[in-house]
Amino acid sequence: MKNTKGITDKDIEQLLGSVLRWGVLLSMAVVILGGSVYLYRHGNDVSDYATFKSQPDFTIQFKAIIGGIFNFRGRAIIQFGIILLIATPIARVFLSAISFVAEKDYLYVGIAVIVLAIITVSMLGGFGG
Amino acid sequence: MSVLLLTLIILIGAYAAGLVGSLTGLGGGVVIIPLLTIALHVDIHYAIGASLVSVIATSSGSAAAYVKEGITNMRLGMFLEIATTSGAIAGAIIAKFLPVNYIAILFGLVLIFSALMSLRKKVERIELRKSELAEKLKLNSSYPSGDQTIQYSVNNVGGGFLMMAFAGVMSGLLGIGSGALKVIAMDGVMRIPFKVSTTTSNFMIGVTAAASAVVYLQRGYIDPGLSMPVVVGVLLGAFTGSKILVHSQSNKLRYFFAVIVTLLASQMIYKGITGSL
Repeated sequence: MKNTKGITDKDIEQLLGSVLRWGVLLSMAVVILGGSVYLYRHGNDVSDYATFKSQPDFTIQFKAIIGGIFNFRGRAIIQFGIILLIATPIARVFLSAISFVAEKDYLYVGIAVIVLAIITVSMLGGFGG
Repeated sequence: MSVLLLTLIILIGAYAAGLVGSLTGLGGGVVIIPLLTIALHVDIHYAIGASLVSVIATSSGSAAAYVKEGITNMRLGMFLEIATTSGAIAGAIIAKFLPVNYIAILFGLVLIFSALMSLRKKVERIELRKSELAEKLKLNSSYPSGDQTIQYSVNNVGGGFLMMAFAGVMSGLLGIGSGALKVIAMDGVMRIPFKVSTTTSNFMIGVTAAASAVVYLQRGYIDPGLSMPVVVGVLLGAFTGSKILVHSQSNKLRYFFAVIVTLLASQMIYKGITGSL
């Protein structure tokens, strides 16, 4: 395809592939670490997932999750790993936007920005309530 | 049941779900949700939240390999992600208001449909008719096959876009990747070669699931204690499945799994109708 400033679709493909792979591996490592802490502390508790209950803040609110990590709470660490996992494909879109700028394909810079805008609306739109 | 025992059971179940999902091409999500709700009596909202997370893990993991091979049509994927992510948000909003029974019935129907789709014969055809819109959006591309490069064109961009929005709604509502619906949009409506449509669909699933996962996370549907064994198990199962797939592609095995999945789906529909979920 187009080859401007030395950056090609091939380079973008390699970059995005690496981001996806390392994002998944990193988030899994964090989830497994948090899971070990959680099971060590709560392994003998009685589980109950039969009905939906609201969850503690340290697994829902971002600031509280970060606070929970410093208190070494297993579930907060797992949730941080899950946030890293959710962020992985979003980071992929963000990096493709930058790559398309380098490729001077402004149509696709625009399309990537629209996708990012939709996800931002989803994140901050208060649909969680 | 103690947390430790339940975690181990879910881990094994999720591994099996990931393996079956990968071998049939159905994806881990559609197998783990009935397993959690029917066998372990987990609230369907928790099951959907955990499944969404596992869907992001498996699709990102396999997309990493496909993208590097250069089969994935990145531009087509990015363009259609506008439709799937918007749909996913709509699905996550609908999920809040739709009664649990309807979600279970709808899930069962989509599951049966996906199982039927997985049995269909895969015929590779290359479309070379040029569509003006596809040309403008630079969607036409090529992919490597053996030592040659195959050119192809994309058709019916509008129809495919709408179908993708629908796939996005189902993904956000049911917590699945909607791979079967995405492949229909690309393979059936847009006439893209099968190899390209499956890898590009897989490429889009992660972002689509992420768009609704941020809503589910804030709603408290993503429980860390439950999601942890689900995501680890499904990912490992899918990885094992991807290694097996290379060696054997037995038709009997695919029929066997399709029957099992259909039984699970019927159970979901039955529980939805009788309101025993």
